[in-house]
Amino acid sequence: MTELSLYVLDIVQNSVTAGASRIDVGLEESGGDLTFTVRDDGRGMSRELLGRALDPFTTTRTTRKVGLGLPFLKQLAEQTGGSLALESEPGAGTTLTAVFGARHIDMPPMGDWAGTVTTLVQGSPDIRFTFRRSGGGGDYSLDTDELREALGGDVPLNHPDVLMWLNEFITENERNL
Amino acid sequence: MKSLEELRAIREKAREQMTLRKEDGPQSTRVIVGMATCGIAAGARPVLAAAVEQVSRRKLENVSVTQTGCIGVCRLEPIVEVLAPGEEKVTYVKMTPEMMEKVIAEHIVNNRVVKEYTIGAEEPGPAAN
Repeated sequence: MTELSLYVLDIVQNSVTAGASRIDVGLEESGGDLTFTVRDDGRGMSRELLGRALDPFTTTRTTRKVGLGLPFLKQLAEQTGGSLALESEPGAGTTLTAVFGARHIDMPPMGDWAGTVTTLVQGSPDIRFTFRRSGGGGDYSLDTDELREALGGDVPLNHPDVLMWLNEFITENERNL
Repeated sequence: MKSLEELRAIREKAREQMTLRKEDGPQSTRVIVGMATCGIAAGARPVLAAAVEQVSRRKLENVSVTQTGCIGVCRLEPIVEVLAPGEEKVTYVKMTPEMMEKVIAEHIVNNRVVKEYTIGAEEPGPAAN
């Protein structure tokens, strides 16, 4: 994958698949490190599954035998001088922390962060997402429950006009980082 | 800056449209984009964004855009399926945002399948797994 934001999109889908009702996503830069975190309240993983989650021949799908999302992310983190850690508790959820060397030559560009946020909300309008971003001296956050409140419960978050608004909202905030 | 106030205005407008849709709208057409690791790596995110943008711009009331996982032919990603009421499912392959715009304009709006983008045109004969 050519953009960091695409890795994020792919990895956060794991939390969706795990049946999470709340997913907290962070992407924060500090002192040359870029830290990506995902915390969900999904079904979590057993110690045994957690032990082989980073193996490309592990997947929860039944249609094929490979799962490349996490191995791709781990490889990217390590080749930029960073690391990846997974914590999980069955029934409680999973937390992923990936640290990247933000200025490493192998660090891909951020790409379309607004596209990633919009795609996640579009695909799972009923999940409560929070997104935290910081870098370059600025920061901002978004909680989809605030959007839900403004929409009054009768217009879903995946309404095309809401998604267009969300994309512009994130794009503006990214520009001000 | 974008504000939550604008969202409230969107809400008012959307509610009016939804009332109309409930009263006299025909069954809706579904545009389904494969968004697994294979789809994302092949460029599905901008394809999905193009579909959402077109639906919003053209104010298409009876079209829903949804995501699915791996459709099973990773080498042909990004894959988009169109399910229109009363019609056979159409599978478009190796999609780009520009192709998506054309599919919305031709297939969804004008009801003419864009044959050259379909899986049948890409891989004639029995569909590969």
